[in-house]
Amino acid sequence: MTTDNALVADASPVAKTVAKPAAKPDGEGVLELRNLTAWYGSFAAVRDVSLRIPPRTVTAFIGPSGCGKSTIIRTINRMHETLPGARIDGGVELDGVDLYGSQVDPVQVRRIVGMVFQKPNPFPAMSIFDNVASGPRVLKTIKGKAEIEEAVERSLRRAALWDEVKDKLKKPGTSLSGGQQQRLCIARAIAVEPEVVLMDEPCSALDPIATLRIEELISELQKTYTIVIVTHNMQQASRVSSTTAFFSLGEERAGRLIEAGPTNEIFTSPREQLTEDYVSGRFG
Amino acid sequence: MSAVAVPAPATVGRVARLVLTRTPRRTLTDRVMRGLTGVATVFILIPLVALVGYVTVNALPWIDLEFLTSGPVDFTRGGALNAILGSLQLIPLATLIAAPLGILGGVFLAEIASPRLANVIRFGTDVMVGLPSVVVGVFCYALLVVPFHGYSAIAGVVALAVIMVPIIARNTEEILRLVPASVREGALALGMPRWRVILTVLVRAGLGGLVTGVVLAVARGAGETAPLLITALGSRLVNVGHLNEPMDTLPTFIYTNSGQPSPVLIGQAWAAALILLLFVLAANIVVRVLTGRRSSGGNNR
Repeated sequence: MTTDNALVADASPVAKTVAKPAAKPDGEGVLELRNLTAWYGSFAAVRDVSLRIPPRTVTAFIGPSGCGKSTIIRTINRMHETLPGARIDGGVELDGVDLYGSQVDPVQVRRIVGMVFQKPNPFPAMSIFDNVASGPRVLKTIKGKAEIEEAVERSLRRAALWDEVKDKLKKPGTSLSGGQQQRLCIARAIAVEPEVVLMDEPCSALDPIATLRIEELISELQKTYTIVIVTHNMQQASRVSSTTAFFSLGEERAGRLIEAGPTNEIFTSPREQLTEDYVSGRFG
Repeated sequence: MSAVAVPAPATVGRVARLVLTRTPRRTLTDRVMRGLTGVATVFILIPLVALVGYVTVNALPWIDLEFLTSGPVDFTRGGALNAILGSLQLIPLATLIAAPLGILGGVFLAEIASPRLANVIRFGTDVMVGLPSVVVGVFCYALLVVPFHGYSAIAGVVALAVIMVPIIARNTEEILRLVPASVREGALALGMPRWRVILTVLVRAGLGGLVTGVVLAVARGAGETAPLLITALGSRLVNVGHLNEPMDTLPTFIYTNSGQPSPVLIGQAWAAALILLLFVLAANIVVRVLTGRRSSGGNNR
């Protein structure tokens, strides 16, 4: 796609800085879920999930509604616990650090693990520019007016939105179309330079064309970030991800991880009958 | 249309039965009811127009340079400078106290307090919103007038602030609750600490509404008379800056002058009423402008 090429192959100095420094050696940056159980009060929404997610890959979480996919990704950036009564057992490790360790500040975890939500949620009463700049400004990750402007442009370029908004950066973020708003939210999330980007059904509120653009963007972003995406759209999972994890409902209506593996295997020759039934559309 | 003959469905004529219902009787009922709502609107507007008109007609002859630039002299001449300057001091001071307290209290109610605690506090603020203002006056009389053996402007400031705080707090809470939960989550997920989420994202999203609440509270405070009569008392002297002494305000000026057996002083009361009216009108216009601008949002870089 030409837009895609404009995103990465642009000759401007900003575009050159888009690519992160050389990739880390293998094994570093791994995201690992260990016997993770997520509770809402006394209800276990999802039980005993163990999964290893390699860095700079796209992993899709698929499965029927209510099987805890969204809950699981919300445990990765510790957003789960912001709901009353919500807690976890087990652990999440990123690059060798236990994200639930006693010395860990959950606020900082959310900086390192960004998130894009189902419905685009640009900050109201903020311009396109301010939406993207809000993270770096508040977290003081970038200082100086020129540096922030550069970071905003870089993030908007990476989110494939720059060309559409560069002349109206002062317009409210909410004035954009749904698909543009979602890319704005992606730009906002990556402006603070996270390691992991979680996406909770990021295209479910978008039309097919906007969906396509986000999907192209995801394959572009995986060069820099580890991406975990929850989706109900199996074509989407097969298009964007290299690894797929299939969740389903287990005992006591608790979700569980049925199997995970390379996406083409999950879709063509899964080990479990349940997965086979789901990906072939026999249930769910 | 297809040429193939289709048998008439059993529901033939159903559409006609359902939609051909505009009978003369229904048309008449519709007209009468519409008419009644219009008449009711006119009845609501009559007192407003009459009040503004009556005050303006009675006040205009008395508004002149002397009225605006001098304090009371005697019962044949003088002005309301004491009251105008008094209101211009009391209200901003009361706002300065009430706005931060009210907004922080509202933030606590909406964002920080547990639902149970919030319910208790909300009940308290609701009671305070409905509190008769004279009761607030008596409270401040006991608190700030009796112990210091004298009426004072500061007692009036506190009385006005006590009246304004619950209005601002409840409004702040309502405005913050209007901000969708998804926005809160988005800000939290960006790695912002809670207080920055509130300050940077939520307050900004609701800024127009917050300012509206403050201005409405100011308009309410500007018209309060009873609590001021037993706190700031009123004064014939132009008092600038002496908060420990009595001070006049537009409402107390109106109250005092309207009871005087002098057509000049009564005329001045009308004039002060018009100025108060214009002040409240201006406050409402400010609110309109601010709320109208809210949707487009701030866009400074």
